[in-house]
Amino acid sequence: MKSGDLAELALRNLREALLRNSLTTLGVAVGVASLVAMLSLGVGLQELASKRLANSGLFDTVLVTSRRNLRDFNRSSADKSASLQKAQPLDDDARKAMALLPNVVEVYPQIRFPTEVRYNGNPFSTVVAGVPASARGNGAYDGMQGNFFSSPTAEEAILQIEFAKDLSDRPSTLIGKELIVRYVERQPLAPQSAPADPPTGKKADGSAAASANDTTNEGFSIVPREKKLRIVGIIETEPAAGFGGFGNGRLFIPLEVATALRAAQVTDLRDAVRTPSGKPTYANLTVRAKSPSQVEAIESSIKNMGFSTFSLLDATRNLRLFFTIFDLLLAIFGSLALAVATLGIINTLVMAILERRREIGILKALGAADLDVKQLFFVEAGVMGLLGGIFGVCMGWLIGRAVTWGTNLYLQRQNLPPAHVFSVPWWLVLGGIAFAVVVSLAAGLYPATRAARLNPVEALRYE
Amino acid sequence: MPPGNGFAVRTERVSRHYQMGSTMIRAVDDITLEVRAGEFLALLGSSGSGKSTLLNLMAGLDRPTSGAIFAQGRNLSELNSLELARYRSRTVGMVFQSFNLLPRMTLEENVELPLRLAEVDRAERATRVQEALLHVGLEKRLTHRPSELSGGEQQRAALARALVNRPPLLFADEPTGNLDSATGESIMVVLREIQRSLGMTIVLVTHERPLAEKFADRIASVADGKLVSDGVHP
Repeated sequence: MKSGDLAELALRNLREALLRNSLTTLGVAVGVASLVAMLSLGVGLQELASKRLANSGLFDTVLVTSRRNLRDFNRSSADKSASLQKAQPLDDDARKAMALLPNVVEVYPQIRFPTEVRYNGNPFSTVVAGVPASARGNGAYDGMQGNFFSSPTAEEAILQIEFAKDLSDRPSTLIGKELIVRYVERQPLAPQSAPADPPTGKKADGSAAASANDTTNEGFSIVPREKKLRIVGIIETEPAAGFGGFGNGRLFIPLEVATALRAAQVTDLRDAVRTPSGKPTYANLTVRAKSPSQVEAIESSIKNMGFSTFSLLDATRNLRLFFTIFDLLLAIFGSLALAVATLGIINTLVMAILERRREIGILKALGAADLDVKQLFFVEAGVMGLLGGIFGVCMGWLIGRAVTWGTNLYLQRQNLPPAHVFSVPWWLVLGGIAFAVVVSLAAGLYPATRAARLNPVEALRYE
Repeated sequence: MPPGNGFAVRTERVSRHYQMGSTMIRAVDDITLEVRAGEFLALLGSSGSGKSTLLNLMAGLDRPTSGAIFAQGRNLSELNSLELARYRSRTVGMVFQSFNLLPRMTLEENVELPLRLAEVDRAERATRVQEALLHVGLEKRLTHRPSELSGGEQQRAALARALVNRPPLLFADEPTGNLDSATGESIMVVLREIQRSLGMTIVLVTHERPLAEKFADRIASVADGKLVSDGVHP
């Protein structure tokens, strides 16, 4: 029989027992809706977690340190000597070389220093962290009160909410106000033999030279300084950009401003006693990749350049593993309803065989082959699966919308930002419908085979 | 031995036995019968004599336990189920005692059904359906459902359905069994006309000797699964 005729007859048969077939289709729809809703929740939560983690900068950054650093203290002596043989200074040349690596978005030093903030005449101890201009687009500052820095060199500050609460009972009123940051500036000591010689590279590249530890073999002195900054924003979360990026930072300023301050950092003392190379070096560098998937290759390249690296690549892998298992479990629970619906399809079609036994006999007497009869029941099962799948996906989507709405209502009452806990991607829509059709066809296999095998003479005798 | 020219169907020592518990039912037992092309043969017998079973075997609805059935130059007992379905679709038309029209379909759809199964082009179907219904005088009842027709009309519709694929063989199993005598006779008249006008071979199963004698070219009598007489009716 031609496929058009087959579909026409199947649809006619489905219309004949409209209520029963509708209920069976509804059963499939409920099963698919359950599956889609469960998986949408899993996908939504995964996307939410991935987005938050991506925004945190934990998974797309590589922390680079010199192999001469104390980080290697727990290595064996053989490893250390091998490592030191290949060790390269983490200087501006290295920074430029890393910036040229494929899929590297930016390379910047981490600048953090302890400070005393003066606001309304009162002192507050905290840690200042430099924020690169690129942080504006990573989503970590979305939903903040106020604005991001107006320019990379703006003398502005963003406060972390807890620190803002220390400054004022009404943090939102701080925006637009000024505060004073007190810190110690590092100043290189002039060499005794050649007092006119300025520190190497200091003026050649403002940010690089200034961010570097200006240590030469002559050492450095520290001088107390003050800087007036205008508060432009307050952020609710901790916008970490890579492990240790702004860690413990409660007051954020543009990275270029932070480097220009030449504030003394905790690593300065270590560098002061280290054998000098004659060039300013960085304590560490943060290398940001285009995406977490490129971190491994970048990390490998940097290691080959002679530096130590650290990333949370394994943590990303574990996260993916966790969500894969989570999605699998959700899919299994979601499929239980579909399994029940499958029994419904089998029951409906077996009942249809009993009711249409004589009709099957007539069809065979008129020339229908076993395959025609089998296909007819298959198409009926497939149509129920297709309609159930489409309807089920719509139901699943509606359930998702309702759960998202309810979740956001709850989050709003808890003074938390809204979140999309549900996500129905296209692959899930198409996959849900396809799965419903496949499951329905599988359910129709037994009834269709049974119908096809009916003896026409016996079927024609059936009353 | 396959039939020579002039035979539409030939059975050779064909048997159909059923096992019912410990009892062997010999519904058809060693029957050899030839039906000539264009002939109107009546298989006469009482209820349970095996005549319908023999008809089902010749129509390809059932398979013999032993023996051979030749039709269109082929042994039906050697055909696989798909080939047998094609034989039923393209070579055979069937009419049943209980009409066997599909109640939810209109007359037009019922008559069109064999054309769908034979994969006839959609464009050609309407003409063929109209033509078949014209043969039985129901050309104006296209949109009626079987429940809206009388018994005689239903049987004529079933006849139209059997004719629509223009098969060379028509098997009628007690086509007048559910009809009053006058209506039954009118159906027999239509059958006879069709046989003559289209040159079809008709095998009629009936237990009504007067009808068989009046319309058939030849009567073969079956009793207890055996062919007891086979003769040309004058």
